[in-house]
Amino acid sequence: MLVNILINGLVAGGTYAVLAVGFSLIFGVAKILNMAHTAFYMITAFFILYATTTLSIPLPVAILAAIIVTTIIGIISYKLLFDRIKQHETAVMIISVALAMLFQEVLLLTFGGHYRGIPPFAKGFVDISGSRISYQHLFAIGTSGLILLGLWLLLSKTRLGNAIRAVAQDREVANLMGINVNRIFMIVMAISVSLAGLAGAVVAPIYMVGPLMWIQPLTIILAAVVLGGLGSIGGCVAGALILGYTETIVTFLVPGGAFLSGAVSLSIMVLVLLIRPEGLFGVIFEEERL
Amino acid sequence: MSYFYLWYGWFKGGILAIPGRVIALCFFICLLSVPLFTQDPYYLRIIALAAIFSLFAASWDVLSGFTGQLNLGHALFFGVAGYTAGLLNIYLDMPPWVTIPCGAVAAVFVGLMAGIPALRLRGFYLGLVTLSFPLILSGLLFVFPEFTGGELGISGIKKLSSSRIMSYYIVVMLFTVSIFIMWKFTDAKSKMFRTGVILHAIREDEITARVSGISTTKYKMLAFGMSGFFAGIAGGLYVHFMRIAAPSTLDLFFSFQAILWTIFGGITTIYGAVVGVFILFPLLEILACTEWGGHLRFIILALILILTLLFMPEGITVWVLDRLEVKCPRCKIVNVFTRKKCRACRAVLRPEEK
Repeated sequence: MLVNILINGLVAGGTYAVLAVGFSLIFGVAKILNMAHTAFYMITAFFILYATTTLSIPLPVAILAAIIVTTIIGIISYKLLFDRIKQHETAVMIISVALAMLFQEVLLLTFGGHYRGIPPFAKGFVDISGSRISYQHLFAIGTSGLILLGLWLLLSKTRLGNAIRAVAQDREVANLMGINVNRIFMIVMAISVSLAGLAGAVVAPIYMVGPLMWIQPLTIILAAVVLGGLGSIGGCVAGALILGYTETIVTFLVPGGAFLSGAVSLSIMVLVLLIRPEGLFGVIFEEERL
Repeated sequence: MSYFYLWYGWFKGGILAIPGRVIALCFFICLLSVPLFTQDPYYLRIIALAAIFSLFAASWDVLSGFTGQLNLGHALFFGVAGYTAGLLNIYLDMPPWVTIPCGAVAAVFVGLMAGIPALRLRGFYLGLVTLSFPLILSGLLFVFPEFTGGELGISGIKKLSSSRIMSYYIVVMLFTVSIFIMWKFTDAKSKMFRTGVILHAIREDEITARVSGISTTKYKMLAFGMSGFFAGIAGGLYVHFMRIAAPSTLDLFFSFQAILWTIFGGITTIYGAVVGVFILFPLLEILACTEWGGHLRFIILALILILTLLFMPEGITVWVLDRLEVKCPRCKIVNVFTRKKCRACRAVLRPEEK
C-alpha cells in the first residue's frame, strides 16, 4: 500500500511536473496562457494509439513520430494564431480554449468518445516489498526525471537557455541586446509543446486515452503552476509533486476519493495562496506588488 | 405638451442620433414582440435561454472586463445561485419569486468570499484561483449525492409561472432591467453613479486609483458583489426555467463559455456580451437540429471564434460600431457615420480625409 502510494504519486507528480513546466515556460517567456497545452498531450497519445494499432508501426518510431507531429502542430498554431494577437492577452487565452475545443472535437469525430488503452512499452513488473510495480511505472518516473534534468541543463547551461531567461526577465532589454525575441518565442513554444508531447507519450499506456483526457490534467497543472509560483521552474516541479501525491493519497485512502481528489488539490492551492500570494517559490516583482 | 417636447428632444438626441442605441432599442422591441409572431415553445425557449446566458456573460464583463479582476470560474456564482434556488424550492417549497432573490443573495455572499483572495492576487493568479472554486464545489456535490442529487442534479423544480408566455416575459423583463442597471453601473460617463469611472480607474492603474483617494478594496468587493448578484439571478432563472439544477452548471467549460461569448461580442461593453450570446447560442442550437451540424457544431463554433478573434481581436460589436459611429474630435460626442459635421458643435468629423 505504502509503496503503491509512493510510486503512483511519483508517476502522477512527474507527469504533472513535465506538463506544468512546459505550461509555465511559455507563460513566463511569451505571456501566453496556453489552455490548449494539455490538448497537445492528448494529440500525442492519440497519435501513438493510431500509429501502433491501425498502422502497426513499431513503438519507438511511433513515439518519435508522434512527438514530432505534435511539435509541428504546436508551431503551426503559434505562427497562425498566437503570434498575430500576442498583444491582446485575454484574446490569446480564448483562442487557446477554442483551439483545445477544436482538437477535442476532431479527435471525437475520428476516434469516437470511448476510452481505450495502449499496450505498455515495458512489459512485466517487479516485486517491491509485496506490491507489484510494473516496469511502465518505473519507466515513466525515470523519463520524467530525465526530461526535467535535461530542461534544467538547457535553461541554465546553454546560450539558448540564457537567451530564453533574458527574454523572460525583460523583453525589451533582451531585444536591445540583440536577441531575436520572436524567434525565442517560437523556440519556447516548440519546447513547451514537445514537453507536453513527451508527457503524453510516457503516460499514454498508464492512463486511458480519450478525447476528454485533457481537462483533468489541465486543472491540476494550472493549480501546480500557481502553487509553485508562476515563472519558477523549480516551484512548478514542487507544486506538481505536491498535487500528484495529494491526488494519489486521497484516491487511495478516502472513500469516494476519486471525486474528491481534484477538489482537495485545488483547496490546497487556494489555502497556500491565501497565506503566500506569490506561490511557494514565486518572486514578486516590484511593479506587481500592491 | 412642453413635457412631450422635452421627452421627444431627449429621445431624439439620446437615442435616435446614436446608431448603437437605435439598434439596442430595436432589439428590445423585437424581444418583447416575439410572442406576437410565434408561440412555438422551441423558439421561445432558445430566446429565453439566450437572455439568461447573456445576463451571465454581462455579469462576467462587469467584474473582469470593467474592473480587470480576471475571473475564470464565473460558473461558481451561477451554480451556487442555481443550487440554492433549487434546494429551497424542493425542500422548503418556496415559490420562484422567493428562491431567485435568495439564490442571488447566496451568490453575492460567495462573490464576497471569492473577493477575499482577490484583494491579494492579481492578473492570471487571480484567474487561476477563481477557476478552482467551482471545481472544488462540484467535487463536494458528488460526495453528498443524497442531498444534492449527485451527477443527475435536482429535478422537479417548479416552473417560473404556469404559462409559457408569462415565463418568457418574466425572463425578458428581468434581463432588460438587469442589463440596464449593469450598463449604468459601469458607464464611465454616467452622471448618476460614480462607480463606472472608478472601476475603469482600478482596471487601468490600481495604484494611481489608490493614490487618488479611492478605496480600491471597497470597490473591488462591490464589483464582486454586483457581478455575483446578476450571475445569481441568471442562475436562479435558469434553474426555474429548465426545472433542473445540474452539476454541469459548475463545469470548467461553462465558466469559459461566459468568457467566449463576451470576448466574441466585445469585452468592456455590456452590450458586447449580449450580442455575443444572441449570435453564438442560437447558432449552436440551430446547428444541433441539422443532420451534419450535430457532430460538427463545436468545430464550427471553434473556427468562428478563432477567425473572429484573429480579424477583430476587440470583438464583433466594437468592430461594427467603429464603422457605424464617428466620435467628434472636438467635443467627443457620438455621431452617425453618414454625417460630415458634428451634430452638436459643427466641427468637421474626418478632417484627414479632405
